[in-house]
Amino acid sequence: MAAGELDRAMQYLAKLPGLGPRSARRAILHLMKRRDSLMIPLADALRVAAERIKPCAVCGNLDTTDPCAICADDRRDGTSLCVIQDVADIWALERASGFKGRYHVLGGVLSALDGIGPEDLNLDSLIVRAAAPEVTEVILAMNATVDGQTTAHYIADRLSNCGVRITRLAHGVPVGGELDYLDDGTLAQALRARQNV
Amino acid sequence: MIEWTDDGVILGVRPHGEGSGVLNLMTREHGRHAGLARGVASVKSRGIYQPGNCVQATWKARLADQLGTYVCEPTRDHAAVLLDDPLKLAGLSAACAVAETALPEREPHPQVYDGLIALLEMMEIPELGDAWIAGYVRWEIGVLADLGYGLDLDSCAATGTNDDLAYVSPRSGRAVSLSAGEPYRDKLLALPRFLLPGASGLGAGDPDDLFRGLALTGFFLERHVFATHHRAPPPARNRFVERFAQVTTVSGGGLNA
Repeated sequence: MAAGELDRAMQYLAKLPGLGPRSARRAILHLMKRRDSLMIPLADALRVAAERIKPCAVCGNLDTTDPCAICADDRRDGTSLCVIQDVADIWALERASGFKGRYHVLGGVLSALDGIGPEDLNLDSLIVRAAAPEVTEVILAMNATVDGQTTAHYIADRLSNCGVRITRLAHGVPVGGELDYLDDGTLAQALRARQNV
Repeated sequence: MIEWTDDGVILGVRPHGEGSGVLNLMTREHGRHAGLARGVASVKSRGIYQPGNCVQATWKARLADQLGTYVCEPTRDHAAVLLDDPLKLAGLSAACAVAETALPEREPHPQVYDGLIALLEMMEIPELGDAWIAGYVRWEIGVLADLGYGLDLDSCAATGTNDDLAYVSPRSGRAVSLSAGEPYRDKLLALPRFLLPGASGLGAGDPDDLFRGLALTGFFLERHVFATHHRAPPPARNRFVERFAQVTTVSGGGLNA
């Protein structure tokens, strides 16, 4: 029987995505064996993150400053605005190092199943940002799913009067992908979006 | 152990745990049926589990009333073909949402299933233009009929003839001729020309007619199906109708002809 404090810690760990009660037990025992080198620094890091990290009022990104580092960076291309679903997508695109503009986090997608409508997303602030004179392109970087593309089409409609070029990410064969292992839908999309060589 | 294999259309997937999902399928012989599918979030499988895609599904459970598990093989990918067409994508979402909301669980409706397959195939034919929307309206009429709220559009409720039919009674769901219905036109629903007896596509591309058709079926679905079960009409259907209204210039759509 674990002490009450250990039980409480395990219950919280078990709530994390990908962790169940058994994984939480293993994790807490691992941390207990590395109390000074891992457990205490982890607890400090989590406490600092909870105290200092907040959503950026401009784009919705998570950072210790508001506006966030990306919004405050004058070296970024202010003419290009990339609309993404969640903060994790910012991290993915920044890792790819291919985009030098600014971001706007919607906070989800329109979902008939989950009852998420336009009023539940950060759309009004997006319209305001897209209408700014310096913005010339809005990139819709939604997931290639029915809900993601439905949201992209809806946003394109809302932005149609803003006088900006509206683009979306390409869909098709992933790098390293072998044609024989791809699903029919991806192959069909790739064929439709083929380009001159 | 209970097991069956059936053809199905994916209506929706709700994430469950780290990589699994509760799949809601419209199957031909077993009706709208849920089950747990493992690996729906994997890189290989993500493209399969989109609303509107067709699969061959094997369902297993120890007891009949359990959720059970699905193993699915993709047979036709409709979602990817329609992703770039806003109106067709909205139509696909609306059809899946209506099927999910209107149809009772585990009750076979093979004609509704066959109609849904035909509608999805119509959507992939670019030469049809917007005429697939007439197919959508006919599919919703089929849903109403299967649920016991069929419309009788073959003859006038007042005169018994099938000449000059122009309206539908919101109370009885029966057609009404132009002459019999004219004094009450403000209270009657417009009957689109493509639903006239022997129409064979007449007016199937006319935006006004298509809008009247959507308004007609939307009225009866809301009154007899959704409201009866205390459910709101699915937002996906409302967005589909709004998008169609945006892309067409509609005159006098709604209750009046």
